Amino acid sequence: MKKVNKIKIKINGKYIKIQDKITLLNLIKKLKVPLKKVAIELNQSIINKNSLSKIKIKQNDKIEIVHFIGGG
Amino acid sequence: MTNIDNLIIAKKKFKSRLIVGTGKYKNMRECAKSVKLSGAEIVTVAVRRVNIIDKKKPLLMDYIDPKKITYLPNTAGCFTSEEALRTLRLAREIGGWKLVKLEVLGDKKTLFPDMIETLKSTEVLSKEGFKVMVYCTDDPLMAKRLENCGASAIMPLAAPIGSGLGIQNQTNIKIIRSQTNLPLIIDAGLGQASDATVAMELGCDGVLVNTAIAKAKDPFKMAVAMKFAVLAGRQSYLSGRINKSIYGSASSPEKGRI
Repeated sequence: MKKVNKIKIKINGKYIKIQDKITLLNLIKKLKVPLKKVAIELNQSIINKNSLSKIKIKQNDKIEIVHFIGGG
Repeated sequence: MTNIDNLIIAKKKFKSRLIVGTGKYKNMRECAKSVKLSGAEIVTVAVRRVNIIDKKKPLLMDYIDPKKITYLPNTAGCFTSEEALRTLRLAREIGGWKLVKLEVLGDKKTLFPDMIETLKSTEVLSKEGFKVMVYCTDDPLMAKRLENCGASAIMPLAAPIGSGLGIQNQTNIKIIRSQTNLPLIIDAGLGQASDATVAMELGCDGVLVNTAIAKAKDPFKMAVAMKFAVLAGRQSYLSGRINKSIYGSASSPEKGRI
């Protein structure tokens, strides 16, 4: 059986372990986040949603996924 | 009433001059119904982290359709220019929002805006193509500087955010009105419908209300009251009020008295 390497990343302030070499798009899909209603930041840089499939997540990456909520 | 009296912000036309904040409501349903009753066509929204653990949490967009109501992303809670810029750039990425509300706070107790950071941010955002509606102090000099930095609307506070005190410095609001052709919108500090009417009678182009509606015992009634208060104030302003006099002036003619 092939061993799956795991890496540690931080999403929205929380550390999680995910499969190595996963793309940002696949991670968003796994988290079941509605892509059209969010914006994504990787290590403090805003990521164009069209390029999510080209970006592979690395160890210690910091990801922020934000959306609109009620506010004044 | 004329039907061409639109509120125009960054070349976009709105029939309603009431902007409503979507925070502090008991739930999304109450928020959405209040917005509907208020007749508002613009709502302010905050940018926050998605809850990646509890995905069943209701989403604002499921209750207020951004295709029908203009979302105005706001930087509420930001205390530096960097935070505010980051927030609005993210907001733009969510779905192309360019019309935004900038709010950079300077003091946790009063929630007064930090005008130095606000000016810096307005300049940067305007250069990046944002249409920036700017929350500011009621200082006419600062309002002028914001205009020179490329602001799309000037939004002075009536009083501290959520205070419900009503307009504390009517004179300054009048001075700001007289010096600018930009949309002038009173933002923050209104407590009841008559406060909104006063703002409109001073010549403001609109008002932004959140807490006064959301925290009223009956938000639905206050939403309706605010809608009519803004309409009443606007018509009153446009009508050209009578001069004040310390003497009386009889309403009935003298001629024909018995």
